[in-house]
Amino acid sequence: MTDRQTFWNPVILRHAVIDSFRKLDPRLMMKNPVMFVVEVGSVITTVLLAEELLRHQPISFDLQITLWLWFTVLFANFAEAIAEGRGKAQADTLRKARGETIAWRIRPDGSIEPVSSSQLRAGDMIRVEAGQFIPGDGEVVEGVASVDESAVTGESAPVIREAGGDRSAVTGGTRVLSDWIRVRITSNPGETFLDRMIALVEGAQRQKTPNEIALSILLSGLTIVFLLAVATLQPFAIYSHAPQTIFVLVSLLVCLIPTTIGALLSAIGIAGMDRLVQYNVLAMSGRAVEAAGDISTLLLDKTGTITLGNRQATEFFPAPGISAERLADAAQLASLSDETPEGRSIVVLAKEKYNLRGRDVSGMRCEFVPFTAQTRMSGVDLPGTRIRKGSADAITRFLEQQGSNLPRPVLDRVEEIARLGGTPLVVSENSTTLGVVYLKDIVKGGLRDRLARLRAMGIRSIMITGDNPLTAAVIAREAGVDDFLAEAKPKDKMDLIKREQAKGKLVAMTGDGTNDAPALAQADVGVAMNTGTQAAREAGNMVDLDSNPTKLIEIVEIGKQLLMTRGALTTFSIANDVAKYFAIIPAMFAGAFPVLNALNIMHLARPHSAILSAVIFNALVIIALIPLALKGVKYKPMSAQALLRRNLIVYGVGGIVVPFIGIKLIDLVLTGLHLA
Amino acid sequence: MTLNGWLQFLIYFVVLLLAMRPLGIYMARVFAGEIHFLRPVENLVYRVSGIDSSEEMNWRDYAGAMLLFSFVSMLLTYFIERLQHFLPWNPQHLPGVEAVLAWNTAASFTSNTNWQSYVPETTMSYFTQMVGLAYHNFFSAAVGIAVAIALVRGIARRESKTIGNFWVDTTRACLYVLLPICIASALVLVSQGVVQNLHGYTVAHTLEHQTQTIAQGPVASQEAIKMLGTNGGGFFNANSAHPFENPTAFSNFLEMFLIFLIGAALTVTLGRMTGSPGHGWAVFACMALLFIAGFTVAYWAEAHPNPALHGVDQHVSALQSGGNMEGKETRFGISQSALFATITTDASCGAVNAAHDSFMPLGGMIPLINIMLGEIVIGGVGSGLYGMLIFVILSVFIAGLMVGRTPEYLGKKIEAYDVKMSMLYVLIFPLVILTFAAISLLSPSMGLSSLANQGPHGLSEILYAFTSAAGNNGSAFAGLNANTHWYNISLGFTMLAGRFLMMIPMLALAGNLAMKKSVPPSPGTFPVNTALFTVLLTGVILIVGALTFFPALSLGPILEHLLLQHGILFS
Repeated sequence: MTDRQTFWNPVILRHAVIDSFRKLDPRLMMKNPVMFVVEVGSVITTVLLAEELLRHQPISFDLQITLWLWFTVLFANFAEAIAEGRGKAQADTLRKARGETIAWRIRPDGSIEPVSSSQLRAGDMIRVEAGQFIPGDGEVVEGVASVDESAVTGESAPVIREAGGDRSAVTGGTRVLSDWIRVRITSNPGETFLDRMIALVEGAQRQKTPNEIALSILLSGLTIVFLLAVATLQPFAIYSHAPQTIFVLVSLLVCLIPTTIGALLSAIGIAGMDRLVQYNVLAMSGRAVEAAGDISTLLLDKTGTITLGNRQATEFFPAPGISAERLADAAQLASLSDETPEGRSIVVLAKEKYNLRGRDVSGMRCEFVPFTAQTRMSGVDLPGTRIRKGSADAITRFLEQQGSNLPRPVLDRVEEIARLGGTPLVVSENSTTLGVVYLKDIVKGGLRDRLARLRAMGIRSIMITGDNPLTAAVIAREAGVDDFLAEAKPKDKMDLIKREQAKGKLVAMTGDGTNDAPALAQADVGVAMNTGTQAAREAGNMVDLDSNPTKLIEIVEIGKQLLMTRGALTTFSIANDVAKYFAIIPAMFAGAFPVLNALNIMHLARPHSAILSAVIFNALVIIALIPLALKGVKYKPMSAQALLRRNLIVYGVGGIVVPFIGIKLIDLVLTGLHLA
Repeated sequence: MTLNGWLQFLIYFVVLLLAMRPLGIYMARVFAGEIHFLRPVENLVYRVSGIDSSEEMNWRDYAGAMLLFSFVSMLLTYFIERLQHFLPWNPQHLPGVEAVLAWNTAASFTSNTNWQSYVPETTMSYFTQMVGLAYHNFFSAAVGIAVAIALVRGIARRESKTIGNFWVDTTRACLYVLLPICIASALVLVSQGVVQNLHGYTVAHTLEHQTQTIAQGPVASQEAIKMLGTNGGGFFNANSAHPFENPTAFSNFLEMFLIFLIGAALTVTLGRMTGSPGHGWAVFACMALLFIAGFTVAYWAEAHPNPALHGVDQHVSALQSGGNMEGKETRFGISQSALFATITTDASCGAVNAAHDSFMPLGGMIPLINIMLGEIVIGGVGSGLYGMLIFVILSVFIAGLMVGRTPEYLGKKIEAYDVKMSMLYVLIFPLVILTFAAISLLSPSMGLSSLANQGPHGLSEILYAFTSAAGNNGSAFAGLNANTHWYNISLGFTMLAGRFLMMIPMLALAGNLAMKKSVPPSPGTFPVNTALFTVLLTGVILIVGALTFFPALSLGPILEHLLLQHGILFS
């Protein structure tokens, strides 16, 4: 869904309008002190207006002021309602997936009974077969199945779920497409992942984040300052023989207090969570989104995040006296039945480089030797010929059995490849060493640039890998990460996080395995992969439904965007006040002291039109800024200094200038329409 | 405005720039305990008063010690005033000071305000001036410095529960900073003709067969600390316009220099102690910008002819300064009077060498605005720095979000508690000023009965009185007789609130900052040592200050200025 579509979506719009009125309930308004003050002001002017009506006084101006004050409150409510509405639409889709289904519970004696999914409790065992919905969150304890998770992730390609390992978690509301699995339910009804997801996107669990609280305090403080300035202005005015009506004083107050940011603050927060949802990331709390903007250290797993999951053959290095074609041919032959990505890449490389086609092996009376953990090599036995490929150690052992060994140049090549971070695969035919295949980690395209952008923002990236330091250093250099942790065990990861945090840094990481769980919990932003284990998903404070670890970078950017939007609108809101003073103060006192018209630098037509224009501008600017609040201010990675300069010019200087123009225009319209 | 006038300003500014850095570094070392040439005296003070100088205090203890010290010394001053006729050094046999005035004066000197509702030479004995009042000139200044240092420590320290030792900081501020500078500059002042004796007043017979009482006393020793400690309470009613307090152009220069010296140097101290010298300079640059802007407007306003004196030659010539010379000393002229008025109100000093009440409406608005901004343009010794740092924290909070991180200041995250304390600090100031001014303006019997002028000028006078008191400045628009029950009591309260009610949230902030972890700087960190930051900080100060006080100002000096252009005056 694009922003435009949702913004104009008639259903959301209609709900938002209704909600704007529902939110007038003072108990709800009280949570937003700035807008609560506006509401109180509106009530006061309404009461006074009623009194004026009874006394048959002219009310044109007072009526318009009162109406626009109410509009100000309603616009603020509308902004929040629109932001919530977008989440609600998503929640409704999710709810459909949650519908009641029949679950097949396995009794302790092994027999199966049908129960409603709402009766399932954590610990129950169930069986799910092809075509059935998985009735609740759980762990696969037996079997392998392909599962359609599109209801949750939006991704239509089925995923494999199997017992044991890091792909054992299943989510309620998803559907088994083939085979069957036995699942142990891990959550009670109402507490499932889907339930939590619904609550999150709906904003039902929304609590103010720490920075939001701090900002609210600032805004409340400013509101009190302005309340004071306006309340004491009346005595000053009385002394000056120019007392003001309550309508004018309330107008001044509402224009001065930071209504723009006050009105949009919660919409910004909701929209931030929502933007994450659009990226298929679920943040378990707004606090996590905020923390994402503050991240200064990013832990990236090498495999899957920095490099493509698998190594690929990139070059053949023949042994002395052996032709490259012969090496390629043997390597290809040995890999024909090897279905691993590495094996396939050798076949492909031989084809590309030496135009060697895969051949029909069935007629060749060959026998394939699979890779085992003991031999650590694989190959093919043809009549009279035994081709093997494997690590240098394994092949050396293989050669020694036949009274031969690795020639020195091959050994040198092996060492060099290892030093460069690659995996050397030695190929031999009987007792002859044919050469080395260079298998290399392939760094994901564009990653280097993105990491450079992060560095410009002051974020350090650290690569985590099980490789030896030598290999790790090469990949690290190639990928452009700032640092690496080699030969990392799960505990090392944890220690690294704690070490960084002790230095005052905030750390983000991704993980999917059960052994990642403690580190995910310790990290300030822990993004669990949706394909990961239940333990990992519980430990992290975000879940990536696409299971794409590189997305951490987008998450950081969204966090920053959220904070920037808040800051930009706060600055804009406060800067706006300058123009409003120049509209209202001369209008208030020009009657008693015509000389004060010198301050009317906008040349507004009449005192009433000036005050009304300021109040109308103040209300309309809320509506005008809703799209910005929902989309967030534009974010380009650059240094803090450059960002600050850009945003200060746009929102600070802009915030001073824009209302001068806006108020003047509204004044022209009002005068043209004879409204004031 | 003349070239000569601007040159005088330029010389002043350059000399200040040259002097502030060494003093700032010196103070950083003093408060780190690295300088100990007076260690024997220091240790004697600790031993006599039973202070454990190695003890570190948390913010509550620090605030408690500060409040206790101030309360006891305020009480002491009150009783010295009340009982001065029983005490020595009273050659004029002045009677004891009446209760309400004594309360006001005790509050005034304890809070570093030095608001004077009385005429000193006919009210206070030499003993009261030297012991009861000069004592506060030293210690209220020392307390200000100590508390500012505590806040800087809070910023600089990491995961620390404590922010220093109040007794040690105050003692060191007195011994190493205030006393040496005062002794030296008092001697220089004497060389310029400032009097220093304990004689009774001299009665002189004039050529017209009249008698004139010439007041005198131990002036020079008071004068130095009055300036250096940004106290401002004059030995004589005419304050630094009196030839015995400020006889020459050079003494005038020295007095202005002393007012800004410590406040400016403290920004260097801030940079030193936080390990970010650039930040100290960025803060000073903001102060300098506001100072230069204020002086320019004041000088411009005073150098122009008064339109009400139509037909009178008010132009600059070899024989006259030109412009508005009402209430100014001919030996200082327009430039030095405008400069003194700007400095004394920028710095919460309150000493005057001209009558602010006689300034043109806009010229008089500058001192008023300077105080309204919160006495942070250099500001009072110590109080200027901590007041400015509150604005720094608010600026960082408002604009800091715009770099896409939760706001942090020199590695410290600014969170809800910090914002709350900062806003409390910011809030108390307009609260007392506007509330008391509003009450005074509405009440003919209490507020308006002692007001000499009507219309917007009268409003300015009342507004100025409470602003000056809350800002702990002490200068006055003299058209208001403040020696009444209402003003003595309400101004006394305003001065104490403007000092101590504001210090408490500030110290709480210091304590909270000290406890925080520090985030190491990176390219993503909000920059606080750049020209951009200076501009931002200046903008926030101006906008917050203007937004709070613009309505009041528009009915006071702005209205008066506009009416004056149309020939309407207020007597």
